[in-house]
Amino acid sequence: MRRSSAKPSLWVLAVREREADVIVVGGGPAGLAAASSCKEAGLEVLLVEREGSLGGILPQCIHTGFGILETKEDYTGPEFAEMLEKRARDLGVEILLDSYVSRLSQVGGCGASIEVLSPRGVETMRASTLIFSTGCRERNAFEIGITGDRPAGVMTAGTAQALMDLYGLLPGREVVVVGSGDVGLIMSRRFALEGAKVKAVVEITRYPGGLTRNVVQCLEDFGIPMLLSHAVLEVRGRKRVESVVVSEVDEKQGPVPGTESEIECDTLVVAAGLVPEAGLLEKAGAKIDPLTGGPFVNEFLETSLRGVFACGNVLVVNDLVDHAVEQGRLCAMSAKSLIEGTMRRPSAWKRAVPGENVRFVVPHLFSGDRDTVFYSRVRSPMRDCSLSFNEIDKEVRIRAAMPAEMVRVRIEGSLLSGVGEALTFEVRGWPKGKRG
Amino acid sequence: MAERKERVTCIVCPVGCKIEVSVKDGEVLSVEGNACVRGVEYAKEECTSPKRVLTTLVSVRGGVLPVTSVKTTKPIPKELVSRAQWEISKVTLEAPVPIGKLVLGNLLGTGVDVVATRSVEARKAVGHR
Repeated sequence: MRRSSAKPSLWVLAVREREADVIVVGGGPAGLAAASSCKEAGLEVLLVEREGSLGGILPQCIHTGFGILETKEDYTGPEFAEMLEKRARDLGVEILLDSYVSRLSQVGGCGASIEVLSPRGVETMRASTLIFSTGCRERNAFEIGITGDRPAGVMTAGTAQALMDLYGLLPGREVVVVGSGDVGLIMSRRFALEGAKVKAVVEITRYPGGLTRNVVQCLEDFGIPMLLSHAVLEVRGRKRVESVVVSEVDEKQGPVPGTESEIECDTLVVAAGLVPEAGLLEKAGAKIDPLTGGPFVNEFLETSLRGVFACGNVLVVNDLVDHAVEQGRLCAMSAKSLIEGTMRRPSAWKRAVPGENVRFVVPHLFSGDRDTVFYSRVRSPMRDCSLSFNEIDKEVRIRAAMPAEMVRVRIEGSLLSGVGEALTFEVRGWPKGKRG
Repeated sequence: MAERKERVTCIVCPVGCKIEVSVKDGEVLSVEGNACVRGVEYAKEECTSPKRVLTTLVSVRGGVLPVTSVKTTKPIPKELVSRAQWEISKVTLEAPVPIGKLVLGNLLGTGVDVVATRSVEARKAVGHR
């Protein structure tokens, strides 16, 4: 369909309309998996991606560790991305690249319409279901309170990674990394391998943020020092970064006066956490969980907007791509059942709520009618513990729980149906001597 | 030589099992704490001859991107990682590079190959130097 714009606009471009069963916003791993599964289920699906290529962040993650749960093989990011893309293309998923979604609104109580800006012009697209898989963004130096000069050489880890591993440019020679999550650790190794010197990885908490295997293989293998309970306070430098000021921090993560020291470097890489890109959902009126930064969802991964589903890092920041893919697939199945009219919502939802040493639980609402997979994270590291529930007889033993590792648990519908109003997720110490 | 216990963090998969290995006279006596069989082999190796998969970049001429990512098809001895990185960095490929393309065979005599992990299409000649 084609029609001219009703009002004169700055864009001398066509305003077109499109319709589909499902629109998937975002062509990263979750979106690709969702779109492929929709197509396989016989739905007409449109995948909208703002970049000129697919795969989201995967193409620049050249390390291994992708797809182990899904494929039992250990792939690199670009390999896994190409597999997902090939599957979507082989299935004939319609893909729109260079297409930026500028607005999302719910229509008619179910489904949504989006406004898309692209070289083709401005388009309005409508679908009875929409799967939102826009991923997350990185926190920057300002968000974590780093002050001082504003020279060249301060960048997020993702920017450094794109410069290095997509565009073949070494972004710095003497580097300080803020944040010891997996992103920070992996970038430290990349810098070290490419001949840069990583002066320090600065971590504000008392323990490393990333997986132990990354601490071993990215820092210890290369002799890179980690400063725990430390923060970068200030950047110094005229044109280029010349040094950063670090200091110890107290329990409240405030700087301890008198412990400041200066580290000479030309680059500050900020790897200080990820935030779901849920802005469009929020503007459209979706309820956001302050604990995850992503939307509030039920067991179908449906947001508070009917017919709008969310998966991947916009739902919850995942550490395994496999979980993002799993969420994408569940969204596709949910979209199918909604379109076919077989989705049965309960008259009253039961709530999944975080308790002792649990930071969040996703999905937030469940019916108890079926087996449900829940994702959660612990607040602080704990050895020999279990995920347990007061309301039902289930306990999952965890030998080592840490914030870096998502705790994924599948709970049987037969157990969930017995829950009253809420199910509380708690991670507690495992009683000594108890078998499990 | 007395029996010694080494603690190894398994890196075969992201679960990261804490494995305890008992070693005597260079022989592995027992392996404990692994959740799957793959952990046994890894823990034995990490105590006797540690190995790493190396993922890095290779220059590409005439491609839409100036580099492609590469990996060793199997783990290589840890002590060879920096020499291997140097060796791989000398290679330049011509676009197009298909995914899985052999970049270097028998890296440093290890019997391990280096393959491309990203396909890089050729840059269209029009509009470029």
